Amino acid sequence: MSQAVGQHHPISVYLKVWALLFVLSTMSYLVDYFHFQGYLRWTLVLIFMFLKAGLIVSIFMHIAWERLAVIYLLAIPPLAIVVLIILMSMESDYTFFTRNLFFGI
Amino acid sequence: MSANMQEKEEINNDGWDGVVNDWASDRQTFDMPWGKLMMWIFLLSDTFIFSIFLTGYMTVRMSAVADWPNSSEVFALTIAGQHIPLLLIAIMTFILITSSGTMAMAVNFAYQGKRRTTFLLMLSTALLGASFVGMQAFEWTKLIVDEGVRPWSNPMGAAQFGASFFMITGFHGLHVTAGVIYLLVIANRVRRGYYEEKGYHIVEITGLYWHFVDLVWVFIFALFYLW
Repeated sequence: MSQAVGQHHPISVYLKVWALLFVLSTMSYLVDYFHFQGYLRWTLVLIFMFLKAGLIVSIFMHIAWERLAVIYLLAIPPLAIVVLIILMSMESDYTFFTRNLFFGI
Repeated sequence: MSANMQEKEEINNDGWDGVVNDWASDRQTFDMPWGKLMMWIFLLSDTFIFSIFLTGYMTVRMSAVADWPNSSEVFALTIAGQHIPLLLIAIMTFILITSSGTMAMAVNFAYQGKRRTTFLLMLSTALLGASFVGMQAFEWTKLIVDEGVRPWSNPMGAAQFGASFFMITGFHGLHVTAGVIYLLVIANRVRRGYYEEKGYHIVEITGLYWHFVDLVWVFIFALFYLW
């Protein structure tokens, strides 16, 4: 089994991912440099963020080659974080609303 | 353990059946060195810590009534009369990605048994990490001394900016610093041949930690600096 002897993959894979990470970082920097605003900015920033994160986790951290049991161990608990983010964004919307009401803006 | 593996090859190992088989019966669930599994569980818990910081930052930022400072301008650098927005953070991002690449190569060469190359790659990873921390110190100094930002106040607008900035980047910088020390210790042991008999899983485990630090920076870069 691959894990028993350690993760071993051709160097060309790492070099390609490395280059891709540079390109993606440059592109997310350019989003700021060209002053994209609104939904376009958000969409691009999040797409580049998830692509970079996915590449690092799957290739550099070898998750693409790990067994499904390991992938579930790492992927399922963070779903709780998604719930937290949704709850907190609703809560902060409400806080913002009541603050505006209080300060009369 | 070899009998265990023999047995596994006879039953279906893929997909959901593989998950059930790995968790079923009286045997080791995760077929990997214990150090690697423990590192993964540590990284999972660290994921929660950073997620909670970033969620807290989102909450205070979305509910802030005062203006949030424009990070593009706050972190701009003026070089040779040219005003370039967010330049320092871009350089830090590229440094961290470069260090992630050298770390991935180090893992590869370690399993090939090339000790000297592994040592040099880990050393350069550590040096790149140290330069990242140096730039962060510069960034903090600029913000504290020149801009007057404090964890409890911020002359540029919303006070919550200081609290989230120092907490999030500080905790990340702490991780980078710890990673540099960890890398140097392991790299030196690799150089001395300490792992010749134990095997080179430790380099892969160190690599997991280092890539995680880079991963966290991807999220901080997008959510804190580009928002």
